[in-house]
Amino acid sequence: MKINLSVKIGKIKLKNPVMTASGTFGYAEEFNDFINLKRLGAIVTKTVTLKPHIGNLPARTCETPSGMLNSIGLENPGLEVFLKSKLPFLKKLNIPVIMSIASIGSPEEFIELAKRLNKVSAVDALELNISCPNIIGEKTLISQECEATYKTVSSVRKATNKTLITKLSPNVTCISDIAKAAQSAGSDAIALINTLSGMSIDIEKRAPKLKAVTGGLSGPAIRPVALKMVWEAYNNIKIPIIGMGGIMDTPSALEFLIAGATAISIGTANFINPKATIEIIDGLSEYLKRKKIKSAEELTGSLSHEK
Amino acid sequence: MLQIKARIISNKRCKGNYRHCIVNAKSLAKASNPGQFLNIRVSDGLKPFLRRPFSVHNINGSNLEILYEVAGEGTKLLADKNPGEYLDIIGPLGHGFDCRQEANRQTILIGGGIGIAPLLFLSRKIKSKNKIALIGARTKSQVLCEKEFRSLGCDVKIATDDGSAGFKGRVTALLKKVLQANRPTGQQVTIYACGPRSMLKAVCSIAMQNNIPAQVSLEEHMSCGIGACLGCVIKTRKGLERVCKEGPVFNREDLTWGKNEN
Ligand SMILES: Cc1cc2nc3c(=O)[nH]c(=O)nc-3n(C[C@H](O)[C@H](O)[C@H](O)COP(=O)(O)OP(=O)(O)OC[C@H]3O[C@@H](n4cnc5c(N)ncnc54)[C@H](O)[C@@H]3O)c2cc1C
Ligand SMILES: Cc1cc2nc3c(=O)[nH]c(=O)nc-3n(C[C@H](O)[C@H](O)[C@H](O)COP(=O)(O)O)c2cc1C
Ligand code: FES
Repeated sequence: MKINLSVKIGKIKLKNPVMTASGTFGYAEEFNDFINLKRLGAIVTKTVTLKPHIGNLPARTCETPSGMLNSIGLENPGLEVFLKSKLPFLKKLNIPVIMSIASIGSPEEFIELAKRLNKVSAVDALELNISCPNIIGEKTLISQECEATYKTVSSVRKATNKTLITKLSPNVTCISDIAKAAQSAGSDAIALINTLSGMSIDIEKRAPKLKAVTGGLSGPAIRPVALKMVWEAYNNIKIPIIGMGGIMDTPSALEFLIAGATAISIGTANFINPKATIEIIDGLSEYLKRKKIKSAEELTGSLSHEK
Repeated sequence: MLQIKARIISNKRCKGNYRHCIVNAKSLAKASNPGQFLNIRVSDGLKPFLRRPFSVHNINGSNLEILYEVAGEGTKLLADKNPGEYLDIIGPLGHGFDCRQEANRQTILIGGGIGIAPLLFLSRKIKSKNKIALIGARTKSQVLCEKEFRSLGCDVKIATDDGSAGFKGRVTALLKKVLQANRPTGQQVTIYACGPRSMLKAVCSIAMQNNIPAQVSLEEHMSCGIGACLGCVIKTRKGLERVCKEGPVFNREDLTWGKNEN
């Protein structure tokens, strides 16, 4: 049986639904020794800002039960260096490159970034990171308010013809309201979830394990929360969903697709098993064959309520 | 960088809480340089969640050795592994010691506690005939690798906190003594060090006072070990650098030891 793994997100076609999660895959070079990068459905870069950004002070990560906290704080070399020294490698891979972007301070930066990237052909899509919990001094995230989400997404929409993905935070009261706001502002797809806000304490020192005190929780610990949010969003919006949060292997990837995700992102799992993405691509094929399902698309939202 | 499944040849207690593990890993053994490390998955499950980093302690043909201290959950699980079992290892990682020094220089290797681990492999690779190994430990029963360094032709000196073997006091105090004794010879010296942060900081300041080059191997909590997560950064004079990629070995001139550094 011929299995069709390809899916569409906005204007881009992915040969399979497996992509990388921003910030967990560097700029892909880091994984070149371990896997054939060309097999990935798409690559999402570490978030890039207009100017170089130094991020937070260490300690920046700590291990937690079935997961980890991070407070990297969007360390990145800035747009110019990205274009000059990171993008050429990505371009050569000949797979869709999704560039994650964020603004630090003024939301105008998003517009500036989108305008400048609109002419860069090696970038296939933009992912708006309006959900990073690690920017010190910012009390609320854009993606925690419907109105701010709508405003930001629609202003970027006007500045770019590229496929636009909006990445949402799970630290909200009602995820589907935010997802709807992004949809009506013209986003082509939704990515969720970013990390859940959390903290951890060293009881000997009675000090926080992270220098920034709080950070973002990722890994299997957040999977049930992420899954429920994907399912809820799926029931309320029409645009495709890129699901993530604690996917470690094929079964967990399948859960997200069945709940309503069109594609999935592998994040923290890359740290434990750098081959996770490829193993999942192969695993999805095998599952579809075994279940006699012709295409990955048929899986999306195929959750059956009857027992 | 490779990811392989390596068969355990032996995994035994050597001293106190220290253990010595030998795995068969030809490709890794070939590719490794002194000061580089391995990121080992100690459990197939989620507990502990992340891999654990260990220095390459020695290479023997296609066998690779690590020397480790049972420090917590992960190393306890590692200690429970039996010969014949397989370990999922990523490596060799990071930037190790640069030991292309001239053969006529004096080499001082200085290790505190388990920090001795990467220095044995290093000592095998150093061409210089004039090698001194300073081994620091809490007490006599915890002195590591004395015989091994001797058999590699090192002049071995020991420092214990309680004086039960060798010099009584810190290994850094012993370092000062050795440098003083060496001064009349006028010979050029290079220092290589690994151990607790406070020891390394002291080594760097002694090296600076004596105008001697020093390379030290640092530790930081690691999530990926391959440069992707930006979790293990420290502040250096070149900016933020990743301990797992630009390190773990740094030149003393590049380190700031700033208050917020670790
Ligand atoms: C580059 C590098 C090389 C290393 N080489 C060796 C080696 O050759 N032999 C050896 O015994 N140990 C080595 N370590 C330290 C070793 O990784 C830790 O002792 C180990 O991860 C502890 O795991 P655990 O689950 O047993 O302990 P945990 O329960 O996780 O912690 C026990 C103690 O170890 C500390 N610790 C945990 N992870 C790290 C870490 N990544 N770095 C430093 N301290 C940590 C914790 O803060 C705690 O105090 C190295 C560390 C690094 C970064
Ligand atoms: C170390 C680390 C850094 C991250 N950096 C970013 C980032 O720069 N931009 C972003 O949108 N998400 C970032 N994330 C969030 C992930 O992309 C993902 O949304 C989250 O980790 C949940 O997926 P996971 O459980 O599979 O890791 C980061 C996550 C981790 C663990
Ligand atoms: S541990 Fe991830 S960058 Fe060093």
